[in-house]
Amino acid sequence: MRVIGLDVGSRTVKRVTVDDGELLEHRVVSNNHDPLAVCDALLAGRRSDRLVATGYGRHLLARHRRAETLTEIRAAALGVRRLRPTARTILDLGGQDTKVVALDAGGAVVKFEMNDRCAAGTGRFLEVMATALCYPLDDFVAAGRTATGSRNVTAMCTVFAESEVISASARGADRAELARGLHQAVISRTLGMLRRLPLEEEIVFCGGGALNACLRELLAAALGREVHVPPQPQIVAALGAALSAGPEPGPLVEVPDERHEDP
Amino acid sequence: MSETIDYRPMWAELGLDLDKHDALLSALGQAYTATFLAQSNRPAGMGYFDFVMGEVHGLRVKELVDARAAGRIVVGTFCVFVPEELVLAVDGVCVGLCAGADFGTAQAERFLPRTTCPLIKSFFGFALEKVCPYLSACDLVVGENTCDGKKKAFEIFRSLVPREFMALDIPNTKSGEGRAVLKRAYLDLVATLERLAGRAISVDSLRAGITTANAKRQALYRLARLRQAEPAPISGLDGLLINQVAFYDDPLRFTASVNALCDELEGRVERGEGVARRGTPRIVISGCPMAVPNWKLPSIVEKAGAVIVGEESCIGERGTQNLVAADGDTVEALVDGLVDRYFAIDCAVFTPNPTRPEHALAIARRAGADGVIHYALQFCTPYQMEAPPLERALEQGGVPVLRIDTDYSQEDVEQLRTRVEAFVEQVRG
Repeated sequence: MRVIGLDVGSRTVKRVTVDDGELLEHRVVSNNHDPLAVCDALLAGRRSDRLVATGYGRHLLARHRRAETLTEIRAAALGVRRLRPTARTILDLGGQDTKVVALDAGGAVVKFEMNDRCAAGTGRFLEVMATALCYPLDDFVAAGRTATGSRNVTAMCTVFAESEVISASARGADRAELARGLHQAVISRTLGMLRRLPLEEEIVFCGGGALNACLRELLAAALGREVHVPPQPQIVAALGAALSAGPEPGPLVEVPDERHEDP
Repeated sequence: MSETIDYRPMWAELGLDLDKHDALLSALGQAYTATFLAQSNRPAGMGYFDFVMGEVHGLRVKELVDARAAGRIVVGTFCVFVPEELVLAVDGVCVGLCAGADFGTAQAERFLPRTTCPLIKSFFGFALEKVCPYLSACDLVVGENTCDGKKKAFEIFRSLVPREFMALDIPNTKSGEGRAVLKRAYLDLVATLERLAGRAISVDSLRAGITTANAKRQALYRLARLRQAEPAPISGLDGLLINQVAFYDDPLRFTASVNALCDELEGRVERGEGVARRGTPRIVISGCPMAVPNWKLPSIVEKAGAVIVGEESCIGERGTQNLVAADGDTVEALVDGLVDRYFAIDCAVFTPNPTRPEHALAIARRAGADGVIHYALQFCTPYQMEAPPLERALEQGGVPVLRIDTDYSQEDVEQLRTRVEAFVEQVRG
């Protein structure tokens, strides 16, 4: 049986194809204002027996393309179970959500935390801050890694942090130290979520944020131990989505209609 | 939603802003249709509650206006600490006031800090925008000194009340002194009610009030017990709605309607029929009250494929647990019975409040819950503070917990949906 897992994230859409449980191929593309069109382009001409969607756009795919759905939390757990079965904690740092997930020995979710309503401390936050410092993203990460000091940034709201960075720059703060301070701010916030979970065993860091070497290093330093990053950290949830399709279709979540406004 | 009677003259007479009120009713009707009428396999007995909600600003308000015309007093409340028994004992009508929707928030924020809980902002918004016919119909509004937000808000709110306002003092410890504070407050309420109604509370009239309120609670216990069946015979949304309507409806008619519904549900349970399939994840909600039309979280939970089987909430078992003893021989002895019953409410304004986690765990176990969702309104310090210890107690008892802090807005619905769906996946295993 061939299954396509699609992870429709805020910044990127990830496609993973699995055939009889084995990874066949994957692809990551940018998302835009029309996620359904992005998904259609990713699905065009590709044969599969089942389509499973996760990420914030999962219900869109369920409504319009008859996809099964699961949340990115369960999807990440299933993907990590395949890639690193001994892991018991997942940090999934995405474009607008950060998820931390605790797993039992069998890989099932026992607890999770997720940032609510605002995208403070997520991938998008760092992108906006790089722009505020006039860095391309790669240079921003490199500057954070090599800075000799760290300039503390206290605001976690993207809007407030941006003005804090701009006024610090105006007072002559070192740009690289600000870059490091901003990465440190994301890690501090993430640690707050991680520490609400049991943290004794192996931790896997995935999602687009795990591509950021500065975040990886700061996280390992803060935890005082190794942090495992899969080779393709962005596709973990899409892989989990594809693997979630058992022999029978899973329970269907009722797909919400177009949002109605409650009074 | 019935359109047969034109209530606009009545609303105009009550001083409502008719345009804004139309907008409110239209939004309420749409939300009700999408949330409740769209459910499948509802018990026929819900027809009564659909009718009540359809007439929530119509026929029920007309009943209040007619009661006043007949010389009875109408008393508006915001809290389960105001004993309906005392209002009934002066032949008055007790109604819960509007505090469950994001309406008039900008107006409310002229008087209140933005960091005020949505429930308080809501009752200010309804009053300032002139869209709550219940408030307009009240002879007396009782504001209880529970949390700091409400205490201070009532200092301002009292000037927005059409007739009389009374602050009801609520203790914050379960001590002998605390009990004395509550008794003093209830005796003050007795005096105020007697003055406004122009009639004294007698042993007989108070006993009759106690009997009526106890019967209402017993009907709600019966409903709560039936919801413990697997498969659940009624949705959590409908279960919540009935508990919400308990604050508005005529108590005798309400009790009879709940019992009639329970007869039907007993049949369902005997036949093994459910509103959801056997094996559907079962969730208990614990935390802040959900006043009409606050159906945001339960709607997300049940759309995620779970069924809600109980509420540890003021609009739920915290508000209805325990009956009042009716065996006193004097009014004061009966008031002592009231104090005993109400003093046991494990509201988060009490410090410490050790019975609430025990109660939450007991409800979850009785209902066969697979998980508990703790629901706190943003800026509700007492319930937000109690969330982590309650979470630990439940998890130690083997019950998974998801903590949600939210308000009445719709802006976080998609994030909530993800977290709730992930929790349902987690407890489904």
